[in-house]
Formats: sequence, structure tokens, C-alpha cells
Amino acid sequence: MTVLSVSGLAKAYGGVQAVRGVSFTLAAGEMLALIGPNGAGKSTCFNMLNGQVRPDAGSVKLLGREIAGLPPRAVWRLGVGRTFQITATFAAMTVVENVQMALLSHHRRLLGWWRPAARLYRDEAMALLERVGMGAQADRPAAVLAYGDLKRLELALALANGPALLLMDEPAAGMAPAEREALMRLTASLAREQGVAVLFTEHDMDAVFAHAHRILVMHQGALIAEGTPAAVRADPQVQAVYLGSGALFGGGAA
Amino acid sequence: MSFLLAQFLSGLAQASSLFLVASGLSIIFGVTRIVNFAHGSFYMIGAYAACWVALTVDSAAGFWGGIAAGALAAGILGAVMERGLLRRLYRSPELFQLLATFGVVLVVQDAVLALWGPEDLLGPRAPGLTGRVRLWGQPVPLYDLFLMVLGPVVFAGLWLLFHKTRWGVLVRAATEDREMTAALGVNQSHLFTAVLFLGCLLAGLGGALQIPRGSVNLHMDMAMVVEAFVVVVVGGLGSVGGAFLAALLIGQLQAFGILIFPEITLVLVFLVMAVVLVLRPYGLLGRPPVEARGGEAGPVLRPAPPWAGWMAAGGVAALACAPLVAGDYALLVLTETLILVLFAASLHLLMGPGGMVSFGHAAWFGLGAYAAALVFRHLGLGLAVGLPAAPLLAAAGALVAGWFCVRLSGVYLAMLTLAFAQILWSVAFQWTAVTGGDNGILGVWPGGPFAARWAYYELTLALVVAGVVALRRVVFAPFGWTLRAGRDSPLRAEALGIDVRRHQWMAFTAAGAFAGLAGGLDAFAKGSVFPTHLDISTSVDGLVMVLLGGVQTLAGPLVGAVVFHGLETEMLRHVPYWRAVLGGIIIVLVLAFPQGIVGALSHRFGRSRDS
Repeated sequence: MTVLSVSGLAKAYGGVQAVRGVSFTLAAGEMLALIGPNGAGKSTCFNMLNGQVRPDAGSVKLLGREIAGLPPRAVWRLGVGRTFQITATFAAMTVVENVQMALLSHHRRLLGWWRPAARLYRDEAMALLERVGMGAQADRPAAVLAYGDLKRLELALALANGPALLLMDEPAAGMAPAEREALMRLTASLAREQGVAVLFTEHDMDAVFAHAHRILVMHQGALIAEGTPAAVRADPQVQAVYLGSGALFGGGAA
Repeated sequence: MSFLLAQFLSGLAQASSLFLVASGLSIIFGVTRIVNFAHGSFYMIGAYAACWVALTVDSAAGFWGGIAAGALAAGILGAVMERGLLRRLYRSPELFQLLATFGVVLVVQDAVLALWGPEDLLGPRAPGLTGRVRLWGQPVPLYDLFLMVLGPVVFAGLWLLFHKTRWGVLVRAATEDREMTAALGVNQSHLFTAVLFLGCLLAGLGGALQIPRGSVNLHMDMAMVVEAFVVVVVGGLGSVGGAFLAALLIGQLQAFGILIFPEITLVLVFLVMAVVLVLRPYGLLGRPPVEARGGEAGPVLRPAPPWAGWMAAGGVAALACAPLVAGDYALLVLTETLILVLFAASLHLLMGPGGMVSFGHAAWFGLGAYAAALVFRHLGLGLAVGLPAAPLLAAAGALVAGWFCVRLSGVYLAMLTLAFAQILWSVAFQWTAVTGGDNGILGVWPGGPFAARWAYYELTLALVVAGVVALRRVVFAPFGWTLRAGRDSPLRAEALGIDVRRHQWMAFTAAGAFAGLAGGLDAFAKGSVFPTHLDISTSVDGLVMVLLGGVQTLAGPLVGAVVFHGLETEMLRHVPYWRAVLGGIIIVLVLAFPQGIVGALSHRFGRSRDS
């Protein structure tokens, strides 16, 4: 089943064409990686998918419904969770409160003004935290978490609305290698077991080639290659873009 | 036609001095990110010092020497303030810096009072510039022409300073990105002192140059700081060119406004500011502020333990028994304190969980008070209608203002709230037929079952306790969480389906309603309502109470209100120069407890942040 179908997506900032005519589809349960050098337009693409940036042109269909131009909160309500490249959490709330906040929003219980929120959806929040391995830290303030833990908290937040589509912008950046692998495995199991469609960007090619079912390669705002990891690795154009970094070629041997 | 021209020229002269003061404020904010509430005080110091020198040395040299002395005195005192006070606060929340400069305002007011007495001073005319010239048939004071030329000359001088000197380039770099400038090895310490010197020098110069145009008095500090803020905000914080443009605009507005709408000149300026801020949220030439790095998150709010609840219940019970022992005067003081507690608690909802700083919360307090008084005066109805009308009218006002305010954040938001408060203040002040103007509305007594002082006290206690409990509940309820989420990370909140602005708007309205209730209670407690209910000092009182207690604690505003009211009204009523004492106390408290009194106590004795 196609969860996300993007066609002709474009965005310019002043004279710079950040994204030019990007089209792709994403099926339920699929792990799709979006890679490319810095400045290729990956984050702009992401921000257009969840509504943070309004596209100049193109269409974004979620489960057949047009969502291009909707604000992020509307996109979220339709079943899109996302994590940010630079983590965004509620610093002056505890870890479990962060997740409860997401659940309160999901269940449309934001306007209660008398009964304490602390008791609402706590079990559900704890279950989500256990999934991402953050159960033990539930009552710590988000402000004091290590970066890798923040990334996992972000994942729990993104999962709170039971999303059909998960957008992860560099989910594992700044994590230790063992942690990174654990997070990617967790994500893969979400896709496999719950049929969540996952689109992620990542600079760590080990993670990309180990977990992505399919890879999109972006360069200067356009898609230059698309296919299975093996096909992308063999693509001469991709090799040209990445030449010298060694990242792609080392991937297979590692 | 020629008359309009003369008016235009007068507006230009006015714009020049506005520009001097506002550019100083803008430069200081740009580099230090400190909102210098004391800027008007330096303006006043410049005026007094210049006037004193000019009157003492009665000659041309005395006059011009006085101008120089006034400017220098203000500049040097500004540098002293930076070294002695602000330097210790650069890492504090911006509100504490604001509070500290407000302490300076109070100290300077009394220092000036002690030095030069309460009488207005009349400075000499400028020697050699006393005459008028006829331009297109209209007499124009020569001194106005001099000011008109001076404004652009100072602007040009500043432009050269900032673009052609190494120091100026460093100042601009620091305005763009303070941390990066420091990382490049620029000694911020000297830079900041010098910027404070320059900014306050300009304020002092602006004040000194005013002495031939009007009297020098003890109210000029607040009057000017509000106007200078308007100019800076309209022009764009940190932009000298913007300040120039805005000063021209506001100067003309004042010159022509008085011709066209003499009743609402005061409103006009703030209306223009509101329009500019809605259309260009960062001012005419301003840019979105660069987020300062390394901001520390507030502590996690935790519900009070059960024993605290029992203690609070015990306290309320004790208060309810107060009429058994307290006399009428003590009951009045208690009533006033309770009203301030509710006022501070309502402001806290905005500032703490909401993350919205209001410089104009008195608007809703005053609107509530006027609602009660107007119902009494024009409909002849008493407390039964007047008191419910108070929160309703205040909520309606806050609903309208809030729609505009939540579109902004930080200092811009604060200034827009101030604008709405000033608009309401001018309406109350100038619409004499309805509001009684400066004479206020008198005889608003509760009557009926609440006529006795003790009965009204019990009513106030019940309503304030209900209000405070509701405000407290809401912080821990989903709505309060939603507000806090929007404050901590608007980006994440929006990505979780939360309409941050809408919730802020609702909080703004609710805070207005509670402040209105406090205002209504105040009207009946004192039996009178005056425009002072709406004025900036009432707003500042609220700010001081919340900040004194601590923004990020729930008990903070309550403690702050009690301490503040106690200090201001009771202890210091009998102390000469109580303003200076209060200002001094505020400064000491800010330096000693950068998280507020309750914040400091719970930090010291309470649960650690990371359990």
C-alpha cells in the first residue's frame, strides 16, 4: 500500500533552487533513506513533507490525500510523526510528561483545566518509553538528558499518534555507534511489525546500507538516483557525487 | 498651508530629541540584549544636570557647558551601572535584567529628588538661539531649527562611528551575534561598558537639550522611556536607522495628531505602534532576533506535596478568622494585599507557563476596575452586577488585544501589551464625560451585605482563593501543560498537533479575566477608580511582584505580592525616600536571588532538579 506519494516537489529560497522537482513514493512497512551531501536539500524536503515549509510547487499525498501546504499540526493529525535533526523537546518537563503531552494532543484533551494531567495516559506513555528504551529515565527532566537519549525521546514523541508515516531527520546523529545501531534496529522493527512507512535521512552510511530497503540520492536539489542499496552503490553518478568521501565504498566492507 | 509647515517643523524638532534618546536605547539593547528600563532616568539626569549647571553658571558657557555636563554625567553613570550591576546579570533571564534596571529607576528618582527637590526646574533659553525666524510667514523658534539640524548630524555621526571605526564594527558584530564576537577574541567587557556609556550619553544629551523647551521635572523619566520604547520598537530593536525613521514618524504624529485629534493624541502613537507591529512584527527596519545560545531551561514544575496543601488551607482558615482580631485599617491592607496576590497570579499565568511577558497587564486590572465603576456610575447598579462585569469586560478586552499580541514574542510582545494598556489609559484619561478623566469615579462602595469592611474582606478572600486555586490547577491540567509545551518548544508543539498561538490567546484572555476580577475587587475595596489603575506603574508593580517571587515557581507570585505590598505600602510609607530603598532592595534581591525569592529557596532547600 502506498503511504506517501510525492511528485514534482520544488522550493526556492531567493535565487537558490533548494529542491527541484522531487518525486517518489513510499509504501507501508518500507524503510526509505534519503541521502546526499550537505546542502543537497534533504532537510528542506523533509520540512515540506510535514508542513513546516510551504512548497512552491508539487504535490504531497498521504494515503491518497493531498497534504502539501497544510500546517505541521494538521499534518500530524493525519498520522505523520517526525523527529528533528536538532532535537526539539519540552525541556522543563520530565521525559514521561513529554510523551504524555503528545498523547494528550493525540486524544484531543488539551483544554482540560481542572483535573491534573499527570495521571492521564501515563501508562500509555510509559509503554512508548519502554519501546524506545527510555523507561528508566521517565522521571528525569528532558533538559538534563544526554543527546542520544533525547533522540530516543523524540522517537517516542513521533510514535505517540500511531503514525502511518515516520519522518526521521538524522535520527542517529550524535549517538554512540552501539546506540545508533540499536535505534536503527528499533525503527526497522517498527516498520516491519506495524507497517509504519519510514523516511529517514542519515549521514552514517553504515546505518543507511544496513537498514534501508530503498535509497534516494539527492544532489543540488534533485534526485539523481533511486533504488536498492546495491543498485545505488553501483550507480556511477552517485559515485561521482560522493567521490573522495569514501563513505559509500567503505560501507560494504564494514 | 504655511501653518502646516510650521507644525511639520515642530514635529521635526521633537523627532530629533526622541531620536537621541531612542537611538541610545536601541544601541544598548542591540549589543547587550538588555532592555534598559532606566533609560528615561538617564534622560532625566541629563536634563537636571544641564539645568543645574546652566542656572548656576548664568552665561552662554554655562548653558552649553551644562548640556555637555548633562550628557557626560548620564554617560558616566550608565557606565557605572554596567560595571556595578548589569555585568553580574548578563547570564540571568532577561526579565531579571529588566527588574534590575527598574530598581535603578526608583533609586534615580529619589536621588534626583534629594539633589534638586520636588519643584519643577525651568532652564534658561539657549543663548543666541532665543529668537524666531519667519519661514513662509510662520514664526519658527531658532532653537527648534538647531534641534532639527542636530538630529541628522548625530545620526550621521553614529553612522560614521559604526561603519568607519573599528570599535563601531565590533559593536555591529556584537549586535549580530554576541557569542561569535566573543569567540573571536573581542573583549566584551570593555565593549559593553563603552556601549552603555554611549547609549546613556545620548539619553543624557537628549534630556539636556530639552531644557529650553519645557520644564524639568520628576515625571520625565517614565514619560520618556515609554516614548523611546515605542520609537525603538517601531523602528526595530537594535537598528539606529530604524530609530531615526520611527522618531520622524512619531514626531510628526505628535505634531499633527494634536491638530486633528486633540482628544486622542496619546492613543494615536500607540495605535500606530500596534499597526506597525502587526504588519511588521520586528519593526520597520528590524530583523528577527538571533536566538541567544545556551539558554537554560526552567525547572520542572512539580505539584506541591500534600502537607503544603494542608498548610495553605490552614493559612486560608487563619486569614478567614482575621476580622476577629484585626481592625478596619488592617483589614483594608489585607484586602489590598489579597487583590494584588490575584493580580500577580494572573500575570504569572502569562509569564510563567505561557512564556509571554506583559508590560501592560494593568490594562485588564484597570478595565475590570472601570467596568465595576462604570456600571455603578452610569447604570446605578452595585456590586451584584459590577463585580461580575469586571472579569467579563477585561476578558473581552484581552480577547481583542490577545489576538494581536500572540503573533509576537519576547520584547515585541511586551511592548504591544504596553501599547494596549497605554491606549486604555489614555481613553480613561481623556474621555472625561464617561470616565471622569483624571478625577476618576468616586463612591464605588460595595453596599448591601458587603458594606462592612470585614464582610467585603471575606468576599475578597473567597474570590481570591478561588482564583488562585483555579490558576494553580490549570498549570497542572492539560491546558497548562499545553502552554508550557508551546513555551519550551513551539516547533515540537506544532509538530505534535498543538495550535500554540490559539492556546496562548486563550491564556491571554483568561489571565485578563482574572486580572479584571482583581481590578473589580479593588474598585469596591477603595471606593474609587482612577486612570492610575491602568497606568504603567501598575503594570510594573505586577511585573516586580512576579519576578520578585520567581517566575518559574507557583508560590512565587503570591510571595512576591505580599513582600512587595508589604515593602511598598507598609514599611516604607514611613521611610523618607522609600522609592530609593525599594529600588535598592530590588537590586540587592536580583543580585542575590537571580531566580526570585521562592525560586532560590526551593533551589536551596527543595528537591534537586534531577531526581
